[in-house]
Amino acid sequence: MSEQTVFASALLDPAQPCPDGLRAWNGSDPNQRFAVYRNNIVVSLIDALAATFPVCQQLVGEAFFRAMARVFVVAQPPRSQILTFYGREFPAFIDTFSPASSVPYLADVARLERLRLDAFHSADVEPLGTEDITGVLSAPPRLPGLRMDIHPSVAVLQSRFAVFSLWAAHQQADPGLARVDPLQPETVLVLRSGLEVQCIDIAEATGVFMDRLIQKETLSQAEQDAKACEPGFDLVAALTLLLRWQIITSLYPGDEHGQLD
Amino acid sequence: MMNHSAKAKPNGLKNSLREPFQGFGLGLRPRHYNSFLAQPQAVDWLEVISENYMVQGGKPLAMLDRIRADYPIAMHGVSMSIGSVSPLDHGYLQRLKALADRIQPMWVSDHLCWTGVHGTNLHDLFPLPYTEEALRHVAARVREVQETLGRRLVLENVSSYIDYASSEMSEWAFLTALAEEADCLLLLDVNNIYVSGMNHGFDPRDFIDGVPAHRIQQIHVAGHSNLGDVIIDTHDAPVPDEVFDLYAYACRRFGPVSTMIERDDSIPPLEDLIVELDRVRAVAARHTPVWDREEAFA
Repeated sequence: MSEQTVFASALLDPAQPCPDGLRAWNGSDPNQRFAVYRNNIVVSLIDALAATFPVCQQLVGEAFFRAMARVFVVAQPPRSQILTFYGREFPAFIDTFSPASSVPYLADVARLERLRLDAFHSADVEPLGTEDITGVLSAPPRLPGLRMDIHPSVAVLQSRFAVFSLWAAHQQADPGLARVDPLQPETVLVLRSGLEVQCIDIAEATGVFMDRLIQKETLSQAEQDAKACEPGFDLVAALTLLLRWQIITSLYPGDEHGQLD
Repeated sequence: MMNHSAKAKPNGLKNSLREPFQGFGLGLRPRHYNSFLAQPQAVDWLEVISENYMVQGGKPLAMLDRIRADYPIAMHGVSMSIGSVSPLDHGYLQRLKALADRIQPMWVSDHLCWTGVHGTNLHDLFPLPYTEEALRHVAARVREVQETLGRRLVLENVSSYIDYASSEMSEWAFLTALAEEADCLLLLDVNNIYVSGMNHGFDPRDFIDGVPAHRIQQIHVAGHSNLGDVIIDTHDAPVPDEVFDLYAYACRRFGPVSTMIERDDSIPPLEDLIVELDRVRAVAARHTPVWDREEAFA
């Protein structure tokens, strides 16, 4: 059974010969039969990537995308038994894939698509009710040290490119790319509301604020970092966003030093 | 009037290890979630790809929980890699068990194959050499899995395009010996038997004659692509006549076995699959021996 190692390595490397010890009935060429496996694997894994990164495929065209995905599949075959997890390293691979360098925003669009799929499958955690939250928020002395758990689906993607606009344009039948300036920096909040994944275009400072809260920083630290990014950062608007999308799952009131009550 | 000559049960069936006959099912696919939730459908049970639900949360699990309330579920895995030379992944098995605890399936199946080595999973189903060495190796692993899951594993025959010069026995002799040695059950994919028979030059009926009837838990029927030199198991087309013929043969040999159409690609509307499933029911009703037809089709 030791032939599995040779078999597996030859599957992903067309330069390697068909492994010894394989037969095909009726005079068929074992090489051709082995090629069926080689083809099936690569095609099905490319299909899986195309399903996870549909906007990337639209941005560069199917032929380019599949050629790029083929290089990735051979270089980094899946390790998880769960096919939907495949491709977490694809955005970083795109960064290093020089033929794609003329599309500098492609890797960030891939990051956004990957975050969306992760949000889709993230854990189910009940959000806190609005009353529970407003009760805490209406006690100002406890606010600065407040920390919170943010829903596990939530992620922030801060990009030098118009990653939200590019993605959103491709949700339309006619992407109308002419109206998107891809070199405009954008920040996107990804979250799951109920069972549906949402992408929300937010200010960079709001992204910093959300990121700090996800990292379990205190409210005052998150606000301070957001203001360092953009002095005009609007705390009330950011808190309203948290309430509107119901992404707070726990609150931990504390004093201004972040010590828990 | 059908021929009632088959009055005796097949050998060993009176000591059947099978779960009771559950009727006729389909694979649950995301595009059909809403149809199943909207109204009752003429489908007796559903099979899910286990790995698609081995995620932390979100829509797939929510849909499955709701559909589970109305349909018995069979869990069908594609990544156990029971035949790999690399050690079993106990993290994977624990997650599989957690899903089974949540879904309470009728049974849990995977494939007699390997899918990768040394931590790689290529998401395809590769055949084993049918040797005594492989038999001992796989049987020990099946017992380990069954201990973890706390239930018998159901193993499916894969379609294959090559075989190994080192093989010492037929695929069906291997499956039979494995099922007895490990005390597991079998899922026969009639399409895979047909595909492998054509690719390797055996008579598919020899396969069906060669496996133990009392361990046949489930049957898959499906379609394939004939490329001339080789037949590819694509599971993307309606069940063709030659697979229905072989299914009829299996019905005569095994009696009533829970059967489903497995469509993995080019998924049509649910209504089309239900029409196709009616043909499966009709073939089963016509060809299942009378000794348990009344019980099964009452």
